Parts: sequence; structure tokens; C-alpha cells
Amino acid sequence: MSNKEWPLWEVFIRGKQGLNHKHVGSLRAADAEMALENARDVYTRRSEGISIWVVESNNVFASDPSESQEFFEPADSKIYRHPTFYDVPDGISHM
Amino acid sequence: MKEVNITEMERKFQEKIDQDIKIEPKDWMPDDYRETLIRQISQHAHSEIVGMLPEGNWITRAPNLRRKAVLLAKVQDEAGHGLYLYSAAETLGADREETIDDLHSGKAKYSSIFNYPTLTWADMGAIGWLVDGAAIMNQVPICRCSYGPYARAMVRVCKEESFHQRQGFEIMMTLAKGTPEQKAMAQDALNRFWWPALMMFGPSDGESKHTAQSMKWKIKRSTNDELRQQFVDVTVPQAEMIGLTLPDADLKFNKATGHYEFGEINWAEFWEVVKGNGPCNKDRIDTRRKAKEEGLWVREAATAFAQKRAARKSA
Ligand SMILES: [Fe+2]
Ligand SMILES: [Fe+2]
Ligand SMILES: [Fe+2]
Repeated sequence: MSNKEWPLWEVFIRGKQGLNHKHVGSLRAADAEMALENARDVYTRRSEGISIWVVESNNVFASDPSESQEFFEPADSKIYRHPTFYDVPDGISHM
Repeated sequence: MKEVNITEMERKFQEKIDQDIKIEPKDWMPDDYRETLIRQISQHAHSEIVGMLPEGNWITRAPNLRRKAVLLAKVQDEAGHGLYLYSAAETLGADREETIDDLHSGKAKYSSIFNYPTLTWADMGAIGWLVDGAAIMNQVPICRCSYGPYARAMVRVCKEESFHQRQGFEIMMTLAKGTPEQKAMAQDALNRFWWPALMMFGPSDGESKHTAQSMKWKIKRSTNDELRQQFVDVTVPQAEMIGLTLPDADLKFNKATGHYEFGEINWAEFWEVVKGNGPCNKDRIDTRRKAKEEGLWVREAATAFAQKRAARKSA
């Protein structure tokens, strides 16, 4: 492995206890431990996080935007999954 | 057939832009849009990195520990800004190494302001106040840029920039209130940085060749002259407040328009600096090249250490 291209890592940060990890950006580093330290230095200089995940970008398997219409179609056609689909008569509350 | 498809895709692409739908890395985009963004984002990244040099020049000579800690934190932020931006350029397929080599070969540009020398401590004040101030003016609209990763990087950057401007203004204010020598030093820094700061917004709208297309693509959201005027309008009262004089005999407030009118920018000087003939162009690039060469062993050591650690884990 030449030093030319260190792998690319995606960085996810948990802002505070009780929140989920959220993607914040990416960086290059020689291995996972160094990616974690770099992520701390680059993305949490102002205490933006209490937990960091780094994932090598190669390992992210993503949906294809050009096929997103077909891919997400099953959900689009099922409007009865939303509460607003149903009529609730006046006078009914707590529902 | 293929021609028709491209035209159709471009039409759909522009429709998305017009509806303020962000473009994300894997979405289809016209080649020119991609190239324009790569050029602009990498130039911006280079400006952050080269921008560390004029201020880095004063870290060891800061007048006290507080100022030193602040300046160090500011310069470290600029390194972070460079990194966010190189990463954003990479999402478009730009090669990191090549991007940096283009800076070092002189092929890629960076903001002309960083080719001026920092002669006194007051320059740290002038840079934070004016240069970061102008950068904020430029960068706030880019938070609404059509390309998602660039827009998101700008949101982070803008959050961090406001302390940069305040610490600079504080330096200027302190010097302006100091001894006559200190005040003169602040005035001298303002005299030297005012016009180059106005040049940071780039050529006048009539001369700017990319503006129209970039506005249509929402890569740019305001024109150079609009931003420059905004900057003058907010900065003049700040200078007055701390008792410093802007080096422009033609500067005057126009009651009818509500804006300040200002003198002619020396565009010949601007283009000379852009072409590489500013006072520090050569020095800046030499320093970056040297940093890359002399840092090679650190990058090699990190790679060797990663290999050693991986071998130990698999053993
Ligand atoms: Fe910056
Ligand atoms: Fe910047
Ligand atoms: Fe800054």
C-alpha cells in the first residue's frame, strides 16, 4: 500500500446522549484508529460529540439515486399507512 | 438519440435546481456543473490551507498567551475548513493528491488576499476582521448552494468563522485604544488590507465570466459586486466606531440608496496577484511544497504503523 491514497472514511457523530449517530462528513486516514482520532480533531473541536463511528467508505452499500423512484415506490402507493387516510367524526377525541 | 437524452437530463436537472432540490454526489449532473464545482471547491480548499500561512507567521510572536491560544485555534480551524472542502471535492470524483499537486504546480488558484505579507501584529487584527469578515460574506450564501456536500461544509465553516472575525476585531479595537504607536500600527494594517479585502470578492460583475451560469445553477447565490457592497456597508461603521480611517478618499454615504459609494479598485494589481506576481505568491507555494515534502515521512510512518497494527490483529 502506497501512502498516496489512504482509505476514505465516513464519520458519524452522536451529538449527545439519547441522540442517534449522524453522518457529518468524511476524511482520509491510514487505519480505523487513526480515522477516529482525526475525526475527533476535525469534527468535534467544539464538543460537537460524545461518540464517533468511522466506517470505511468502501463498505457503505448505497441505493442508486437513478432507481430511487422504483425502489421507494412500494411506500408511495400505501397512503393508508398514514393516520390522515382515515376519517374521524367530529366529537371523537384522544385518537 | 444519445444527444436527445442528455438534453432531456439537463432539462430535468435544471428543474430540480429551480425547485431548490439539492444535488447529491451520486445524482446525475452535467459535466460542466461537476467541473465548475470541482474548480470552485478546490480553490476554496486551497485558500483555507494557504490562508494559514500569513497568520501562522505570528503564532510564536503573539503578544501574550491568550492571543497565542486564540490565534492557534483560529489557524487550526482553517486547516479543518480545508479538509471539509477537499472532502466535498472528492465526492465529485476529484483526486485529493492531484488536487493538491495542481496547487503546488501553480495550475490551481487560491484567494489573492493570502499573497500579501503580514508585517506587524496588527495584521492579525486586520485579517480576522476584514479577511474573515469578507470570507463570511462570501460563504454565507454558499450555505444555500445547490450541491449538498458543499452547502453542508459551508454551514460548518460559517459557524466557526464568526469567532475568527470577532477575535480580529478585538485585536484592532485594543490597538486603536492603545498608545499612539499602537493606534498607528492598527491604522497601517487597515491601510494595507482594506483594498485587497475588497478584491476578495473577485472581478466586477461585468468582468466575471462564470457568474451567469453559476447563478443559474445556484452554485453562486449573489454576485461579486452585491457581496462587495454589503461588505463595505457593514464595515465602514465598524471602522468609525473604533476610530480608524478607511484609506479611500472617495468613500461616502449615499442617503438616496442607503449604501456607501467607494473608490475604484486597482484591478491591474488584482490581476497581477492572480497571475502569480503578488508580493508573496512564490513564498506561499514554496512553503506548501516544502511542507508536503518534509511531511512525507509522517505519512509513511502512519502507513507503516497501520500495517503493523493490522498484522498484529490478524496474528
Ligand atoms: Fe476558513
Ligand atoms: Fe473560508
Ligand atoms: Fe476563518
